[in-house]
Amino acid sequence: MSGQPQTDELVDGSLLTCEELVALVTDYFDGAMTESERFRFDAHLDLCNGCRNHLEQVKSAVSVLHRLGDDDLPTETRERLLLAFRTWKRTGK
Amino acid sequence: MSSDVLPTREFEQELIARLRTGDENAFIELMDRYGASLFRLALLYVHDSGAAEDVVQETWLGVFQGIDRFAGRSSLKTWLFTILSNRAKRRGERDNRTRAFSTFDTPEGFDEGDLDRFFPPGTEDAGHWKSIPDDWSLLPEERLASDELRAVVDQAMTTLPGTQREVITLRDIEGWASEDVRNALGITETNQRVLLHRARTKVRRAIEEYMAQ
Repeated sequence: MSGQPQTDELVDGSLLTCEELVALVTDYFDGAMTESERFRFDAHLDLCNGCRNHLEQVKSAVSVLHRLGDDDLPTETRERLLLAFRTWKRTGK
Repeated sequence: MSSDVLPTREFEQELIARLRTGDENAFIELMDRYGASLFRLALLYVHDSGAAEDVVQETWLGVFQGIDRFAGRSSLKTWLFTILSNRAKRRGERDNRTRAFSTFDTPEGFDEGDLDRFFPPGTEDAGHWKSIPDDWSLLPEERLASDELRAVVDQAMTTLPGTQREVITLRDIEGWASEDVRNALGITETNQRVLLHRARTKVRRAIEEYMAQ
């Protein structure tokens, strides 16, 4: 099983290497690519399961990070902030 | 403060108008929307959760006091972050306990990134994988959702240089759009993307190392 494009696919020399693709992943996700870069990126992905796996790994990492953002404020902190609001309302400071 | 629960600008304006009149429910609504996020963001700059809570409290105080000056030109989220980060940085400096990887003293430095995962130039397979990345979709779902993995990612975050940590926290944990991050941190789009890329590279790698155990 090969994760790399076969040699005969590299006919015009314009396909990205895996290393080049990996360096462009964030641009790819952010849609910050020219049409031709995107074309070369997709063309490589079609041929390379290693790079497809890498892309999915980065997505997984981002979703783990996203879950860190789901935590609520600790209840005691919330209570103290509410008290601070009431003090401000009463005294202006 | 995830992007999928972003309030509309009109809704924010309404909350601010109510907050101006001292409406406690408006404050509760804002606190439940932004409080947890402000608390996490404070921890980018101060050492412990006690200090972070102080900073969040000072931030709200700054909001109450400055609310008549808030013109609504920036989004409320960006405005809150500006107040918070100013206070948090000041607190961090005052405590003289800013983390070793704080924005102020950790240089970006040379970043090897994923270089070691590919055959080097001059070899027959230059630029191709030394070993094919695993397919994580084959893993049991609970592995990627485990508290243990969360701790691994948390730990990896603490090793990032401050600017990378700021960007990845705002983009991936808080779910901000790239434009908002750029404005809040005063960096260019390209710089932001480079920092995000480096940070995600390290987090992905930390997960990979954990999965290999």
